[in-house]
Amino acid sequence: MHITDILVTGEPIIYGAMVSMALGGLAILFVLTYFKKWGWLWREWLTSVDHKKIGVMYILSALLMLFRGGVDAMMMRVQLAFPDLGFLNSQHYNEIFTTHGTIMIIFMAMPFLIGLMNIIVPLQIGARDFAFPYLNALSFWSFFFGMALFNISFVIGGSPDAGWTSYTPLSGAAMSPGPGQNFYLMGLQLSGIGTLATGINLMVTILKMRAPGMKLFHMPIFTWSTLVTCFIIVFAFPILTVALALLTIDRIFGSQFFTLTGEGLPMMWANLFWMWGHPEVYIVILPAFGIFSEVISTFAKKRLFGYNVMVWSMIVIALLSFLVWVHHFFTMGAGAFVNSVFSVSTMLIAVPTGVKIFNWLATLYKSKIEFTVPMLWSLAFIPSFILGGVTGVMLGMAAADYQFHNSYFLIAHFHYVLIAGTVFACFAGLVFWYPKMFGHKMNERLGRWAFWLFFFGFHVCFFPQYFLGLDGMPRRLFITNVAEWLPLNVISTVGAAGMALGFVVFVYNVYYSFRYSERETTGDSWNGNGRTLEWATTTPVPYYNFATVPYVDEIDPYVRMKEEGKTTFEEDKVKPIHMPSYTGQPFIFMALLGLASFGLIFEWMYLAVFGLIGGVVMMIRRSFDYDDGYYVSVEEIKETEKKARGL
Amino acid sequence: MNHVIGFILSLVMTLVAAWAAIQSDLPVTWVIIGIMILALLQAGVQLFMFMHVTEASSGNGHVPWNMMFHGFALAGIVVAGSLFVMSFGHDHGDHGDMGDMQQQEEQHSEDHNGH
Repeated sequence: MHITDILVTGEPIIYGAMVSMALGGLAILFVLTYFKKWGWLWREWLTSVDHKKIGVMYILSALLMLFRGGVDAMMMRVQLAFPDLGFLNSQHYNEIFTTHGTIMIIFMAMPFLIGLMNIIVPLQIGARDFAFPYLNALSFWSFFFGMALFNISFVIGGSPDAGWTSYTPLSGAAMSPGPGQNFYLMGLQLSGIGTLATGINLMVTILKMRAPGMKLFHMPIFTWSTLVTCFIIVFAFPILTVALALLTIDRIFGSQFFTLTGEGLPMMWANLFWMWGHPEVYIVILPAFGIFSEVISTFAKKRLFGYNVMVWSMIVIALLSFLVWVHHFFTMGAGAFVNSVFSVSTMLIAVPTGVKIFNWLATLYKSKIEFTVPMLWSLAFIPSFILGGVTGVMLGMAAADYQFHNSYFLIAHFHYVLIAGTVFACFAGLVFWYPKMFGHKMNERLGRWAFWLFFFGFHVCFFPQYFLGLDGMPRRLFITNVAEWLPLNVISTVGAAGMALGFVVFVYNVYYSFRYSERETTGDSWNGNGRTLEWATTTPVPYYNFATVPYVDEIDPYVRMKEEGKTTFEEDKVKPIHMPSYTGQPFIFMALLGLASFGLIFEWMYLAVFGLIGGVVMMIRRSFDYDDGYYVSVEEIKETEKKARGL
Repeated sequence: MNHVIGFILSLVMTLVAAWAAIQSDLPVTWVIIGIMILALLQAGVQLFMFMHVTEASSGNGHVPWNMMFHGFALAGIVVAGSLFVMSFGHDHGDHGDMGDMQQQEEQHSEDHNGH
């Protein structure tokens, strides 16, 4: 076989990407070798089971994917604003909207939030790590290799091009031959292992490892949102796993679950996909709600209004999320009764969501708001998200949906909920907890620039798309040189450029803050406004998190702790702390499964079998692993704490 | 020990099911019934040998009733929901989708027998 058989050739943009990827890769190799950092990389990061480090790796990967998905988006916007330029051909356009959607949902939004959960949830409940630290590392590496697999598709073998929903029969072997769709299937399957494992892991951590005295209804709201999200993950992801497996068997081994021939049921794919897909959008929005709740109550300097109702509305949203999936394909042709049932259940979701919105407003009411950068993101979220929510109710009406379906109205709607909800929350959460992760805050002035650029860019980009949709512009359309669509498309592209600029300022801010920001001296970084246990730890957080775990029997325990002068270091109560050992197994295990997936993608069965056997060997190896971790001595804890607290 | 037996049992049952579908000459109905029974046994092995159903000592604290209930509820939604949706709500004739799926299965095993 010749190398050009699997490399994508003939596209100048892709050649450019190949060269820049090769140069970037070489640069990283060079820097690591030159500064002799290989050992450091392996010992401190690749083998780490520390939830804080794994969280940082999740967030770095997610930012990288935000860049990749963003570049895809910009290329689409350029094509749509200048349709006569011939910037992209139709095949390339199809590939780009597919990878944009898949990457933004699976490899950006979820890992970003899971990264924040990784770092913050154990700190919020007074735990020293996850319930299963080894499994947590395994989750990260399965996501990482799934992501890597999906991302190499555009230089090796060709990207998937059937949309992020990958509807059959289009995505079946008959109509999409070649490895492209296999990259989608295996990339999602591999990273799905990690998501499911994280769901179980966090669920057990939250249910079993809370600080003494902390009841479920004492938990911080972000931890609550994580718990509810974990339930959705555990129940929704198996559906995706099965659907992906069936389609993989269809494509690689010639079965006919979703084909047009052999009495397959192509619409069954849409049905199964959205049975997972709708809960999935709540997987990425509920943690966002949790982050906004934390930020708003911190900077309104009040307890969150209606804490219990906030929790119950999340639980109700989670339940309803499993009962609305058909609203994604009202136009499939089901009868009025089927559509009506799902139309009603869809509109019901607006009720608990509305409750949450009013609770946030009530928290802000008559409070002394401090306009920090995370608070700006959170305040901007409320009106922007409502625009998305209200248009969602419009789309939820089955009869009206026949008009809106697959038009830019839909595109505008889901970008309004996903960007104003999830992406704003990712930025808010990252800036908010940044000092906990890295020991310094992000620069406020640059942060405000990033925020305003992104915020205005977002509205300028997506608001016109509602009207493009009403003017009849369909999604996923490559040729758009229709005179009446052009002006709005140009405006939209200008907005997209604003968002890109905001992202660039944000990334520059990471560098700028690393160089110039003042280092944190206390753990309570936001002018002493912290309310929950993560602010009670020192900055940087010691690897064992809490020297002594405080007794908690209320919401926002750190407020009272500060009044009473208590800390997480009570010298006479320090005991040796049991910690897990670092291990390279998860990395190797998932690298082997990544190899197996790569083999399956190209249907190189020997490689696939080799990788799978390797995976089984790693599982056997793990079964006979008797490493129970180690104990941190009392002296070391005291020394670390005294140094960090300046005692 | 329990775990080792359970592990071997579940492997054996999986292999038997695969054999029944791919290699055996049994009639399709029997293959389906056989796989169903094996699936139930498989679930039993998981629950009794791995998942603490028999551990009453901690006041049933480890018994996953809660998750089992949720699991059944979800399975109900997936199966009933799919049947409801894929019936399209206006095709109550004799050739509903269950029939289609069965035919598909039949054709499948015939294909395999052919090899």
